[in-house]
Amino acid sequence: MDKEQFYHALEVDKELCYGCTHCMTVCPTNAIRIHDGVASIRKNWCVDCGECMKACPVDAIYVEQDDFAKIFNYDMRVAILPSVFIGQFSKQIAESEIIDVLHELGFTHVIPAEAAVDVINHSMLEEFNGNREKPLISPFCPAIVRLIQVKFPGLVNNIIPIKPPIDTSAIYYRRRLIEEGADSAKLGIFYVTPCAAKIATVKNPVGEDTSYVDGVINMDFLYNKVYHILKTRDLIRTTEEDDNLYLSPKCLTWSLTEGEADHMKGRCLAIDEIHNVISFLEKVENDEIINVDFLELRACDQSCAGGVLLSENRFLTVERLKTRARRLEETGKKAPVIEDRYQAYIKKQLKVGKIEPRSMMVLDEDMGMALKKMQRVRRIMSFLPGIDCGACGAPNCESLAEDIVRKEAHLSNCVFLQRMMEKKRKISPERSIRIIEETWGKDRLNNDYNKKNPNNES
Amino acid sequence: MEFKYEVEGGNFTKAGNAASAVKKVLKQLNVDPKVVKRVVVALYEGEVNVVAHAYKGQILVDIDPSRIVIRIEDQGPGIPDIDLAMQVGYSTASAMVREMGFGAGMGLPNMKRNADSLTISSKVGEGTTVELITNLTI
Repeated sequence: MDKEQFYHALEVDKELCYGCTHCMTVCPTNAIRIHDGVASIRKNWCVDCGECMKACPVDAIYVEQDDFAKIFNYDMRVAILPSVFIGQFSKQIAESEIIDVLHELGFTHVIPAEAAVDVINHSMLEEFNGNREKPLISPFCPAIVRLIQVKFPGLVNNIIPIKPPIDTSAIYYRRRLIEEGADSAKLGIFYVTPCAAKIATVKNPVGEDTSYVDGVINMDFLYNKVYHILKTRDLIRTTEEDDNLYLSPKCLTWSLTEGEADHMKGRCLAIDEIHNVISFLEKVENDEIINVDFLELRACDQSCAGGVLLSENRFLTVERLKTRARRLEETGKKAPVIEDRYQAYIKKQLKVGKIEPRSMMVLDEDMGMALKKMQRVRRIMSFLPGIDCGACGAPNCESLAEDIVRKEAHLSNCVFLQRMMEKKRKISPERSIRIIEETWGKDRLNNDYNKKNPNNES
Repeated sequence: MEFKYEVEGGNFTKAGNAASAVKKVLKQLNVDPKVVKRVVVALYEGEVNVVAHAYKGQILVDIDPSRIVIRIEDQGPGIPDIDLAMQVGYSTASAMVREMGFGAGMGLPNMKRNADSLTISSKVGEGTTVELITNLTI
């Protein structure tokens, strides 16, 4: 098994974080611990779903992004823009108007992340007709691919081994622009990301060695810039007919829930929100759910419209995108079709290497040793109170027991056992306080500590 | 190491709980995913059999590094003709149970297929015991 650390996009701002445990309790892979008063994320356990970032009350969890000025290192500055970016704006604002503002900001080309969706769809259907084990699982959401690697290793072979839309768009446009005469050294492709997981996959694609983009820009950052310009400029363009159709209705809605499932064959199911996905995959693994052909699984509620880096309400975003798609359909206009030779090129590039399982559940590589450790975990569990309070700095009693067996924590980290130990005079009250300080920081109980208090309402 | 799970007859919403718990244990023990799948599929079938046919039952699991032994004991009507029950497609399930997607007559044959050994003993009017043994190393 690969023991290397995996790139992951979510980081904790140690100044802002005050160790409130919100992130720790929502993390679907139990990857967060509190130490020294701040949260820390176990890199190999994290699938970059962004649940912690959504739960954080003080915005202490962030995703690294490239400095916007970096785009000007290139003569040709390409933005790969997911459709949910458009979906955040009112239906009265034409797509072309949003794209004009992006040009104003410095991009020479704005291309849709979903540009090559038809080619991807075609390859997925080919896999469907092959003799691959069903249900096929969509490779669309990188957080889900990682989740399956760490938590459902038995299902990795069900994931269709092809690239997600963003990589595909980047590969297609890089080829096309270079063929059209661009200098590859002066061509910079930037991905506008709606979530943390897509950054991680762009920087470290699963089953691939190299990245296809030159930088990443967070969607909330760009939304604020674009919205500000649209809001403050005098010239208001009315919704005129766009001459060039930006995206087909199918591409516009591809990243929404049912976006893929609607275009696959057989019995298809679409499931969004990572905890829903986990409980469903549990059943798939047990063969409790049979005769399903295709699973579209997305980590965020409402799929990419619920991405952690989106600014607008996710339900509004879905409604706006669907309305735009319907309007397009009514005009009867067709989106530009990718030339045959590029389609063939994209198809050749679509395959990814083998997606390997990297289970984070194993207690030990050696089964005999793992059994011994499990016996110890179970014994420790019988002493712990089982109320999953998180006061030890681990998300629940079971996690603490496993941490103890992994030699990453002690029984005395449990505040209840501490009281017992004090009562039996096994540890001194001073020692007890020190243990709590190690987990929760030194000045935790001071009234002016960095936490919510009458002087700090934010 | 031993584990014990109680199974409630007639409660289909809980059918699969023991299978999921055992699955988690096997994953933590670094058992090959293909073996995990076989064990869990066989156990799930057994669990559903108890829920569908018996009043109550319990599942006793014993794991050592070489193999897993699963003993599914129930108090229920028992199986009058075990050879018949082992036949693919044979089922005693009521229309109601079939409507819920169970009772296709695949339970015992499917369990046999997914275990290295399967032994059944049964007494009509008292209950049934199924023992499954599967090697954990390939």
